[in-house]
Amino acid sequence: MNLNVFGSLLGKLSFRYLPHDPITVSGAIMMVLVPIALVVFLTVTKRWKWLYKEWLTTLDPKRIGVMYIVVAVAMGLRGLSDVILVRTQQAISVGNSHGILSASHFQQIVSAHGTIMIFFVAMGLMFGMINMIVPLQIGARDVAFPFLNATSFWLFFAGMVLINISLVIGDFSATGWLAYPPLSELKYSPTVGVDYWIWSLEIAGAGSLLSGINFLVTILKKRVKGMSLMKMPMFCWGVLGSMSLVAFAFPILTITLILLSLDRTLGTHFFTAGGGGNMMMYVNLIWAWGHPEVYILILPAFGVFSEIVSTYARKKLFGYTSMVWAIWSIVVLSFIVWLHHFFTMGAGSDVNGFFGIMTMIIAVPTGVKLFNWLFTLYKGKLNFKTPLYWFIGFAIIFTIGGMAGVLMAVPPIDFQLHNSLFLIAHFHMMIVSGVLFGDFAAIVYWLPKFTGFKLNERLGRYSFWLWLVGFLMAFLPLYVLGFMGATRRLDHYSASLGWQPLFIVAAIGVVFIIGGVVMMFVQLGYSIWTRKKHLAGSDPWDGRTLEWSLPTPIPFYNFARLPHVTSKDPFWYLKHRGGHKIAQGEYEPIEIPKNTPLAMVIAAGAFIFGFSIVWHIWWLAPIGLLTSIVTIIVRSMDEHPNFVLSASEVKQLDEKYGSAA
Amino acid sequence: MSDLVPSAQVDVKEVNRLIERNDEDNTTIFGFWVYLMTDCVLFGSLFAVFTVLRNNTFGGPGGAVLFSLPYALIETLSLLTSSFTCGLAVLSAQRKSKKQTVFWFVVTFLLGATFLGLELTEFHKFIAGGNSWHRSGFLSSYFALVGTHGLHITIGLIWIAVMTGFILKRGINGLTMKRIRMLSLFWHFLDVVWIFIFTIVYLFGALHA
Repeated sequence: MNLNVFGSLLGKLSFRYLPHDPITVSGAIMMVLVPIALVVFLTVTKRWKWLYKEWLTTLDPKRIGVMYIVVAVAMGLRGLSDVILVRTQQAISVGNSHGILSASHFQQIVSAHGTIMIFFVAMGLMFGMINMIVPLQIGARDVAFPFLNATSFWLFFAGMVLINISLVIGDFSATGWLAYPPLSELKYSPTVGVDYWIWSLEIAGAGSLLSGINFLVTILKKRVKGMSLMKMPMFCWGVLGSMSLVAFAFPILTITLILLSLDRTLGTHFFTAGGGGNMMMYVNLIWAWGHPEVYILILPAFGVFSEIVSTYARKKLFGYTSMVWAIWSIVVLSFIVWLHHFFTMGAGSDVNGFFGIMTMIIAVPTGVKLFNWLFTLYKGKLNFKTPLYWFIGFAIIFTIGGMAGVLMAVPPIDFQLHNSLFLIAHFHMMIVSGVLFGDFAAIVYWLPKFTGFKLNERLGRYSFWLWLVGFLMAFLPLYVLGFMGATRRLDHYSASLGWQPLFIVAAIGVVFIIGGVVMMFVQLGYSIWTRKKHLAGSDPWDGRTLEWSLPTPIPFYNFARLPHVTSKDPFWYLKHRGGHKIAQGEYEPIEIPKNTPLAMVIAAGAFIFGFSIVWHIWWLAPIGLLTSIVTIIVRSMDEHPNFVLSASEVKQLDEKYGSAA
Repeated sequence: MSDLVPSAQVDVKEVNRLIERNDEDNTTIFGFWVYLMTDCVLFGSLFAVFTVLRNNTFGGPGGAVLFSLPYALIETLSLLTSSFTCGLAVLSAQRKSKKQTVFWFVVTFLLGATFLGLELTEFHKFIAGGNSWHRSGFLSSYFALVGTHGLHITIGLIWIAVMTGFILKRGINGLTMKRIRMLSLFWHFLDVVWIFIFTIVYLFGALHA
């Protein structure tokens, strides 16, 4: 391979890589117009300074969490628009009609949908939620490493920008969301698409890895005195399990992507078809990360359901200890099931048998959790709010999807269903109901704690029903289609197969889901509009854990006086069992990290590095890397990264905000 | 705490502050350990890749032809010695001897740089002989594994340089001590990884024809 180091100042970059066909052009125009509109809006309303001081430079995890969620919601809309195109194409591209998308464009959209939904929506919502809730629940004033936390967010942001730039200049990977070689090798994917995919995930993945370390340490080391591990809220347990998985799994992703990138840019032979490469090694490596990733996403959502079920049932969580054991069984087992993603590799019946059995076993702890939630609801005094609707929707869909999963854990059956739409239906039922419904429930549950008003219940229920009906319509037909032999990533099929009616039903399902999404925005807008009528106070749901004992809005230092914890659900005991007061002891000085733009600069360096490698702009890559390294050194020289609030200032602020319970 | 004066003169708040500061340092060091473990997984993946590809020489030379054990031994010795001098630097820092600490860090830097130089020379020799990473899956995985370790060593050298400047400017206090501890953890960790590289790549490679 000819490196041509200083051949061209712009590497492979040139105007001919701008988009041409109408759908790509409109996508590109959107990607350009939205930022321009944002810039104009901020300039006209004179909010740049506000944005910079209050948000972009903040190290407060509550605010970083909000930024994660904003990015994730925006990306969710992009992922949804990808789906609309996919479903439309599959509903009409039959026989003589070839639909609205070219084959290669269709593959790009499918790949972008998967990548964006997992890395920038599900991960973004999860990290947003963790940032906002975990420190509050463990009685901490901050995370273990606040600057690292901001860096993680900005790396996530840089990865997001990189993946979206692929819409405007160049193209995106057309090799599915996990880019299996040899298809993803340079020989078969010569454009920059796969490079965009690699570097966007590499940068965002580095952010996730750092976040994983950060929250692992936060939960283990920053819990308030008295909160032993077994007194921790279940959400924190879910996060602890998930972050342990991040720490073990994400290094594998980092290295796998680097090796693929080396194959493509430096001509190595890790996964190539010739030259002594081994492409199945890629599939093994990527799933050694990929399967834990599923549980990384779902364990925090399980935690959310645990909090919600026990709060709205007004009962303590059933089987707390078994819940904890279930989480850790899942953590361990999730590392020894990865091969079920490719039983068809031909590893032999012993290997397939082992992984098949392990896969079936992992359903057991998940079942334990489901039964625990149901037993918590049993004989509870149900406060039937929308989060419980989401929970019940989850419980039903997750069980259907889970049983489909156990079915596919049987290798001979998997040989029939591998890479068919049956699989697509299965994992969407797991991830959408498990992760997304969990996040939706979490938003309804925790939003009042931060904003002071509740979301409208009626509109929330409308949204739920639209989602539920739409979701079942969109995915139940896919099980049938899978049995009929329809494979995934299909951009065209013959009319004689008789698949079209089912694809049309699935497409109508998407219309309902769009309705559900629109209803969510209506709900949010209407609730803001009428917020005076739905004031929530500081404890709208008769909460159990520490975050509800704080005043709303939560002061930037979280706890003026550190909480005193002697049991699970301390706030519930205070209210209903005459327990002790939570905020005890004297006021003491609090150290708060100062705002800094340096985290943003580090991520900007990483972005420049990634972009220049995608386009082979070799002089720019070291500049990007150096920017990041020098910024890290500059930050390490800062002798006063914190400011101190004196005890009397804390007292004054506490009286102003209204003391905690 | 044994050198604390009798309780009548103890400022409780001050003691609490010290304990808290100590907790915070422990949190940072614990976090650094967790980071090292993630790095361990990263190297583990590379070792797995190397093990899978070690025989995929694709008609090119294998380890027995390429590797010279005496050369690898010199590399190993320079890195192991640097680990020892790094330990001496930490001991000097604990004695609050700024001069000695700086001295041992300079020695560590020089030994580390020697190691890196030897490694790059070896890389250059292979590439010049037509055995670069293009040649085969085996050589790709060799360069990736050993190169990643070399990249870590480079980062370590930058860190040692910055750290030495930092000590010269600020002296040895709580903050520098905490960072010296982390730096030495990092350096020893790279040493341990190298032991595995020496065994799995060079020893096994040279022994198996």
